[in-house]
Amino acid sequence: MKVVVCIKQTPSTTAEFAVDNGQVSWDDPGGKPLVLNPWDEYAVEETIRLQENHGVDTLALTMGSEESLDALKTCLAMGCQEAVLVNDEAFAGSDTLGTARVLAAALGQIEEAQMVIFGKQAIDGDTGHTPVQVAVKLGWTPLTYVAAIKELDPAGGTITVERLLEGGKETVTAQLPVVISVVKEINEPRYPSFMGIRKANRAKIPAWSSDDVPVDGEVGSDASRVDWSQVYPLPERDTSVEIIAADSVAEQVKILADRLFEEKVI
Amino acid sequence: MSGVWVWIEHRDGRMATISLEALSAARDVAGDLGVGVTALVLGHEVKSLAEQVLSYGVDSVIGCDHKTLATFRVPAAGPLVASLARELEPAVFLAGASIVGRDLAAWVAAELDAGLIADGTELKVVDGQVVVTRPVYAGKLLADVHVTAGLQMITLRSRAFPQAEKIGSSGVVEWVDALVAEEDIPVKVEGFESSAGQVSLTDATIIVSGGRGVGGPDGFAPVRELAEVLGGALGASRATVDAGWIPYEHQVGQTGKTVSPDLYIACGISGAIQHQAGMRTSKVIVAINKDPDAPIFQLASYGIVADLFDVVPALTEEFKTRLG
Repeated sequence: MKVVVCIKQTPSTTAEFAVDNGQVSWDDPGGKPLVLNPWDEYAVEETIRLQENHGVDTLALTMGSEESLDALKTCLAMGCQEAVLVNDEAFAGSDTLGTARVLAAALGQIEEAQMVIFGKQAIDGDTGHTPVQVAVKLGWTPLTYVAAIKELDPAGGTITVERLLEGGKETVTAQLPVVISVVKEINEPRYPSFMGIRKANRAKIPAWSSDDVPVDGEVGSDASRVDWSQVYPLPERDTSVEIIAADSVAEQVKILADRLFEEKVI
Repeated sequence: MSGVWVWIEHRDGRMATISLEALSAARDVAGDLGVGVTALVLGHEVKSLAEQVLSYGVDSVIGCDHKTLATFRVPAAGPLVASLARELEPAVFLAGASIVGRDLAAWVAAELDAGLIADGTELKVVDGQVVVTRPVYAGKLLADVHVTAGLQMITLRSRAFPQAEKIGSSGVVEWVDALVAEEDIPVKVEGFESSAGQVSLTDATIIVSGGRGVGGPDGFAPVRELAEVLGGALGASRATVDAGWIPYEHQVGQTGKTVSPDLYIACGISGAIQHQAGMRTSKVIVAINKDPDAPIFQLASYGIVADLFDVVPALTEEFKTRLG
C-alpha cells in the first residue's frame, strides 16, 4: 500500500504582501519567502508515521513551478521515500477544480495508492476545497479535518479516524481508498535530520508534464471558473487607538467599561 | 428555475447560526437578481425544521427526510444535492463556510464542474453575477472574485452577514427521496463527542485572549474569568499554544481560527502579523499590554498600557458589578 501526501509551496506566514495592478508580490523579512505550506507539515509527518508504524510506502506530490522542488525536498528530508513534481505551463492558473483534476490524474498514475493526505488548507487561497474535489474526481471517500487516525487496516481495507468539527469530535470508519485532510492536533511535525537534508539534496525528483498526466477535463487559467483579477490590499482599520490613561487601574477600567457599553459591544 | 439556493446546516433539530446568516445573504442576493430563494433541508426527522426554515421568508424548501441523512455525511448528501442542482438549475448556491458546508460545496462543485468561492464576507450583484469579497493570503489581502460561467457556488464566512429574521412565507416544502442507499455510503459514523457548553470561537460575539504575557498555564485564569463574566469565548496566541499552556482549539491567528467578534480583548498579546490575520476584522479591539510599542496597539480601538494581572481582574470585577 502506498500513501501519497499532496503538498503545496506557499508564501511564509511572515510574508508581507504588495499589490501592483492586480499582481500580487511578497517579501519575507526572514529571508525565506516560499515555504512548505505550514498546514502540510502535519500531513507529511502523519504520512511518515504511517510508513514507520504500518510499513506503507510514501510519496510526496505537488503541482507547481520548479521552485516547488524545495518544498518536495523538505518532505524527503523529513523522511518521505519518493517525490514527484507535476509541472506544466498548461496547468498554471488552474482554480481548485482544475488543480483537483490534475492531482487526480497524477494520483491515477501511482500504483498501489490507497490513501492521499493533505493539510487542511493552503495558507494562500485558504479554501480547503482541494482534498474533497480530488476525492470526487478519483471516486474515493473524503475525510476532512482529521485529528487522529485511530485504526488503519490495509488488509481489511478500512480506516477509523477522529474528525474535529465545530461542534465536537466525530469518529468515523470509512472504506479505503480515502483522501484525508489533517488538522494541527494530529501530531507534532519533526524537523528534518542532517542526514535527511543531505539525502534530499542529492535526490533527483522526477517532473511529470501534461504528457505524463492524462487529465480528464479542462485545466489551466482559461478553464478556471473563478475570476481572480481583482486583488487589493486591506483597507486600513478606521480607528486610531485611544490609550486610556488615569491615576489608578480602577479608574482606567471604569473608563474602558464606559466606552465598551457606549460602543454597544457588551 | 434559476433561483438562489441555500443549504441549511443543523444538528439535533436546531439550525446552525451560520445558516441564519446564509439565509439573510440569500434573500439579499435573490432580491437583487429578481429571483426566489429555495432552502435545502436534508436530514432525519426534519419536518418541523423545514417548516421553521420556510418562515424565514424563503419562497420554497426542498426537504429530504431519511435515516441515511441523520448525521451529515458528504458521500450521502453531496450526490443528492448535485443531482437536484443538475435537474433544477439554480443560478446561485450558498452555504455557510463551516467544515461540513465546505465539504458539501466542494463535493457538489466537483460533481457539476461548477465554480466555487470560499469564505465570502460580502456579496454584491453586478450585471447579474454575484461578486464576492473574500480575504486571501490569510486575511492579509482582499479579493473581489466571481464565477465566470454556470452555477455560482459560494460559501460564507461566519459572522460576516446578519442573521435572518422570521417574516413568514406563503411557500411550501417539497419532499424528495434520498439518492444514496446506506450500503452505498462508504462512511459510518461511530460516535460524536459534543463540545457543547463551551462558547465556540467562530460563533462568539466576545472573545478574551491571552498571549505570552500571561506567563504560564495558570496565567490564563484571570483571562478565562473575564471571558466567563462577559459570556465570551477564551482565545490564545500561538506562542501560548506552542508552549503547551492551553489547548490548540483556543488558538486565534493564521494557523489557528479566524474570528470576527464584536469585541476582542487581547491580554498580554504583542500582536504578531500572524495573530492579526486571525482577528483584525473584529469590530472593537481592546489591547492590554505592558509594552507601549506592542504592534497590537496599532490595530486596537482602545488600549491600556499596564500589567494584565492588574487590569484584567479589575475589569472582571467592574463587569460583574455592572452586569449584575
